[in-house]
Amino acid sequence: MQVHTHVEITSEWGIVAARQAGRKLAREVGFGSVDQARITTAISELARNIYLYANKGQIKIEELADAGKRGIKITAVDNGPGIKDVRRVMEDGFTTSGGLGAGLPGVKRLMDEFIIDSELNNGTKISAIKWLR
Amino acid sequence: MEDKKLTMYHLYKEMLNNYMQSKSEHTLYSAQQFSKEMLEKDMSPEEVVSLHKSVITELVNDPSGELLDSFDLLLEVMIGYGLAHREHLSLRDRQRQLDSELNVAARMQQSLLPNNKIEVEAVDFGVKSVPAGKMSGDYYHYFVDEHGNIGAAVADVIGKGVPAAMCMSMIKYAMDSLPEQRLQPAALLENLNRVVARNIDDDMFITMVYGSYDSKKHQFHFASAGHEPCLYYSADTDDFHELKTKGLVLGVSSKVRYEEYVRDLNPGDFIVLLSDGVTECRINGEFIEMKHIKQIIRKYKHLSAQQMVDQVYSELEKIQEFQLRDDFTLLILRRNV
Repeated sequence: MQVHTHVEITSEWGIVAARQAGRKLAREVGFGSVDQARITTAISELARNIYLYANKGQIKIEELADAGKRGIKITAVDNGPGIKDVRRVMEDGFTTSGGLGAGLPGVKRLMDEFIIDSELNNGTKISAIKWLR
Repeated sequence: MEDKKLTMYHLYKEMLNNYMQSKSEHTLYSAQQFSKEMLEKDMSPEEVVSLHKSVITELVNDPSGELLDSFDLLLEVMIGYGLAHREHLSLRDRQRQLDSELNVAARMQQSLLPNNKIEVEAVDFGVKSVPAGKMSGDYYHYFVDEHGNIGAAVADVIGKGVPAAMCMSMIKYAMDSLPEQRLQPAALLENLNRVVARNIDDDMFITMVYGSYDSKKHQFHFASAGHEPCLYYSADTDDFHELKTKGLVLGVSSKVRYEEYVRDLNPGDFIVLLSDGVTECRINGEFIEMKHIKQIIRKYKHLSAQQMVDQVYSELEKIQEFQLRDDFTLLILRRNV
């Protein structure tokens, strides 16, 4: 039975809880300290986006095992306003959080795989995977 | 990947060990060189912190647990710097790509300008045009008809860079579509103005001077749409005269009338067409004076028209310390015989 955790994001506490759950699972899967920090940062950014733009949503963290490879998958889901121009937010130098956040291009860089699905007024779903090497 | 990490690990360990024993500048110098290698190998700041932590754990017999823990916090902080570094690299790549696109566009723009030589016995002709950036908002044009009469124009789009350059290409195509008016400056400007007014934004303006030289009567006819006045040089008196004109810039209103002026040329006389990149040259922050420009042109008047414009440009370039603030265009047309 593979582990997966759901964390509800409704406040900054949720962000911390998601980080904690992500770091714990990353460690269990066998990631080193640098990758643990990267995965945690990715979770943090995704959770913050939910908190800032959709107010609430979920972060799902699960272990992956696929053809001898092991990894971790983060899925962020919200029913918020959606992203109008995905190409634009995936551009470097365009930070939606207004501050110096890593933004979505940062999350993409921290992880190995990245899929984004967003519909205006209907919410956003982002999945990101990191494989153990 | 693993080999690379292992080598880096050993190198770093040796270096840190040396340093802890000798505290020598020599080792610090090696560390500085090492950082270049780390950058080359694409090591991110968080990896460096992690490397340092593992090396120090091995080197020091009994490292304090608190001290080691502190590196975990540092590592977390460095993730952000690592991302910023990567973003910087990717933006640098994008910049390179934009640069090469601009180079292609600049070459295309260059091909819009005439490059044939004017070979008319009565006239000596020269033109020099240099953009401040890669693309130019200045435009020049010349042509010779079958009777040896010459049409010549200089236009300046207010603004610089890509938008000005795109506007400039429109002027070129508009001029090409009005061939029958080529030797009638006022009529040409009126028609061109209609095209420009229809096609450009209200906040864009183009100034232009158009002149035609009658090789039989030795007369220079000209009209101007708010452009810098042309200069007329009289060989007889060794004097310059500014050729004052009236005329609204292109594109403001579609119904504008332009007045046509005429100037007789004696052998050795010449006409100078220029853009404001010439008159607004700055020396120590101050605009160059017209008197000064005239002096420079006069200094080279014994040369051919092309050599004159080249020399005037290099001298103005030098006194501005090789920093062009605006696109520069200078055109000279001299009566030979």
